[in-house]
Amino acid sequence: MIDFPLLTAILLTPIWGILVLSFMPREADKTIKMISAVTMAIALGLTSYAYWAYDVSVGGLQYVETIPWISELGVAYAVGVDGISMPLLLLTMLVGFSTVFVSWNVEKRSKEFFIQLLLLIVGAIGTFVSQDLFMFLLFYELGIIPSYIMIVVWGSSERVSKEYAAMKLTIYLLIGSAFMIAGVIMLYLNAFSAGLRTFSMQALAQAHVVGNLSEHVQVVTFFLLLLGFGSTLSMWPFYSWAPDGYAAAPTGVSMLHAGVLKKIGGYGLIRIGLLVLPLGIKFWAPFIALFAVVNVLYAAFVTIAQKDLKYIVGYSSISHMGYILIGLAALNVISIDGAIANMFAHGIMSALFFAMIGLVYDKTNTRQVQSLGGLAHQMPRVATGFMLAGMSSLGLPALAGFIPEFTTFVGAFEVYPLYTLLAISGIVFTALYILRVLANVLFGPRRAEFDVCRDASGVELVSLVLLGTVLVVVGVFPQLLMGMVNSGMEPVMGLLVNLHVTPTLLGGVFQ
Amino acid sequence: MNIALLTSEIAVVILALLIIVFDLLMPREEARRSLGYFAVCGLLGILVYTFNQYGSSATVYHGFFVLDKFALFFKQLFLVATILTLLFSFDYIEGLTHNTGEFYALLLLSLVGMMVMVSANDLLTVFVGLELMTIIFYILVGFDLRSVKSSEAGTKYLILGSAASAVLLYGMSWVYGFTGSIVLSQIATHVTASPAMLLGLGLMLAGFCFKLSIAPFHMWAPDVYEGAPIPVTAMLAMASKAAGVAVLLRVFLVAFANLQGYWLPVISVLAGLSMVVGITVAIWQTNTKRMLAYSSVAQAGYILSGLLAADAAGVKGMLFYAVLYMVANVGAFAVTTAVSNQCGSDKIDDLSGLSQKSPFLAVVMTVSLLSMAGLPPMAGFVGKLYIFTAITDKGYFGIAMLGLVMSMVSVYYYMGVVKVMYSKEAKNQQEFTTSTALRIVALISLIATLCIGIYPGPLAALANAAAQSLW
Repeated sequence: MIDFPLLTAILLTPIWGILVLSFMPREADKTIKMISAVTMAIALGLTSYAYWAYDVSVGGLQYVETIPWISELGVAYAVGVDGISMPLLLLTMLVGFSTVFVSWNVEKRSKEFFIQLLLLIVGAIGTFVSQDLFMFLLFYELGIIPSYIMIVVWGSSERVSKEYAAMKLTIYLLIGSAFMIAGVIMLYLNAFSAGLRTFSMQALAQAHVVGNLSEHVQVVTFFLLLLGFGSTLSMWPFYSWAPDGYAAAPTGVSMLHAGVLKKIGGYGLIRIGLLVLPLGIKFWAPFIALFAVVNVLYAAFVTIAQKDLKYIVGYSSISHMGYILIGLAALNVISIDGAIANMFAHGIMSALFFAMIGLVYDKTNTRQVQSLGGLAHQMPRVATGFMLAGMSSLGLPALAGFIPEFTTFVGAFEVYPLYTLLAISGIVFTALYILRVLANVLFGPRRAEFDVCRDASGVELVSLVLLGTVLVVVGVFPQLLMGMVNSGMEPVMGLLVNLHVTPTLLGGVFQ
Repeated sequence: MNIALLTSEIAVVILALLIIVFDLLMPREEARRSLGYFAVCGLLGILVYTFNQYGSSATVYHGFFVLDKFALFFKQLFLVATILTLLFSFDYIEGLTHNTGEFYALLLLSLVGMMVMVSANDLLTVFVGLELMTIIFYILVGFDLRSVKSSEAGTKYLILGSAASAVLLYGMSWVYGFTGSIVLSQIATHVTASPAMLLGLGLMLAGFCFKLSIAPFHMWAPDVYEGAPIPVTAMLAMASKAAGVAVLLRVFLVAFANLQGYWLPVISVLAGLSMVVGITVAIWQTNTKRMLAYSSVAQAGYILSGLLAADAAGVKGMLFYAVLYMVANVGAFAVTTAVSNQCGSDKIDDLSGLSQKSPFLAVVMTVSLLSMAGLPPMAGFVGKLYIFTAITDKGYFGIAMLGLVMSMVSVYYYMGVVKVMYSKEAKNQQEFTTSTALRIVALISLIATLCIGIYPGPLAALANAAAQSLW
């Protein structure tokens, strides 16, 4: 079984789907959707198998494949997953699979839509499996242009025009990536001397061990990467593309962006920031912690004032990114464990949220909280999905959101007690807006104008059942997730312990 | 004297003359597309022949004319560019004029000029090649006699181009006066940092920058690009620019390498300025050709910035970039031609609804533009990576940073085009027809852009070999 190129197969399945789709006639609407669904089902199956077969007791990179690609630059086709990327890969597949069904009612130019949707998913898969920085960049940017086109063609203009929202998203992400590429170039040039240079993440992670990366270089490079990954993660102050983008995007794209693509920022900060540039992240950690608190509180306050459901979930997801950032900034195994698990939990939760909003919007043609009400009477299933997502969002125990957040706070408290307390207080605000929304939208007296709305049925149930089940299962058996994440963080433990005793420039002042 | 080194140039001249003769002999009313195919086939033959010339690195005419891998690399680039341009423009040219034979012949003669330029090993041959190319372009730019814009562009180009040539020649005379030689390698041994020498150097740089449309010497480009017939615009943007780059590289790295300390700072300013000006002004354009003109100013800035490394790695990046720039432009101009054949004008608005009328051409246009913007997995990303890695290695991190950020800003106006193609409805419902040749060219451009982006190894090796032969 070792010899079967599992990750390549996972990566190639959607690509194969894209190829098949591009030769389909435009009118074959149902066939196009079936092909997309089958493709994603195969990929999800393979990923689930990979997750299940991953040997947690051994840990480290598994399913590794390396093929030299551009030897002169030191680029290789290198894939592999460890406990950090495996949950995120599974997340991509779960959300990706759901988006196909969520987009089932796209009638207009469905061929182009599904090709670009799969392209977006391929981009996300590629970033999580690549063990080569060049490949990582390549897949990272793959999704941006399809997102633009999908928002412009299939999106909706509510508060801002969809063209504006799409361009804002594109420009933020691309300018961020320009800084990121600059950071990568700097890292590439400084890590090894000419002739030995490589983009391999494994090799680059050794560069600071052998002393090739001076503290100054690490600090500057990390800053550039932080600008890039920070905008992907919608870190304050680079967040304003996110709510507009999610609101304007078609449901499937919102789900992928909020659920999966955003997590690439956090993943990149760990994979490249922490493992390759430990002194860099140590220098900037206090700032990240500060930004994290701003993220949590500021975004939560803004959310309270929102009236559009998509904006509420959009801002709330920015607020949640603060928990991930503070977990990262605390730089200990427990807090980073929490951050990674939170990425998974939040991904599933926000995807489910957007899927449910999409359903409500389809049926009632409004996303405004004040014009909705009592939907639980007409749509009990949709209401269940809403409740699951909402409760996970405010961290109710026995749902996926609780354990990761709790772990994060436990880890972060010993490093940044004040910041952590402030962040924890964010939960109160989260509860405030989530409960208010749930109460206003789902409960209350039955309203006659919604009597014509049918409850979710058929393919619409796929995302609800799948994502809802995952939320509950991971909530009840957190070990399924935490065990995997922990095995990924174990090798990093030594690095983190050393990091705390290494004297640094500015980081120490804040602690 | 080894006249065999000039075979390809001589062959192109003969081809051009044959076309003129055939044009005269053919009955007046007969369609002249056969001449176009004749030119394409002839050029293909010459392209195949040039592969035979690899391995030799010899000079002829007392060292005035050199044939090395560097020169060959560019000659093949020009040949490919001309072949592709001819292929996608048959319909367009036939709609433009009855004298298509002349057009083909002139295009081939300008190709000879470029081929001489890149082989030039002394200032005089540089000038002769340059003028041969430019004078023919004066004619070609104004070739559309029915269009006032085309005539205006021709006149403008003639006046400004002559002034630039004069400046260049004046600079050359200073250099000759103070080194006593026009052969590049001999200039290198006599070069000193006297003020007069630097004056000559500066004047020459200004002349070259004009040909390359580097800001602030780019003012002519938008008007000329907009007025000229599309195939001519394409050749100006791709081949003539590449020829300028080649000459600039040879002159500055062979003859003036010792004065690096003086010209490197100037180059860095010019390159940075070009990127900023080209990209910020392109945002406001509504005409496809004009937008591509400003984008070409920015692209010239990227290519020029590779010179900052002043080593083989930088030159390799520049050569690599010149190729991918050519490939991407072929795609963009082919689509522009197809749309122009259909609509009769070349506004960005005319691309409306292209994704429904011809999804294939819409994809080609998108990929070409994004390649110029430098997004992976298109070729432009690798090109920028090569150039910016080389110059960051030499400490020009600021320029690399600026380039990366500006390239992402450029996505803004490229996306404007993509938006028009994908989200706007078509203006009319008439059937969209294109010639097979144009589709093939578009397909070649698409495949090449993706292949170079995903597997750049072979082209990089070729560019590296060419770059090494300069030293």
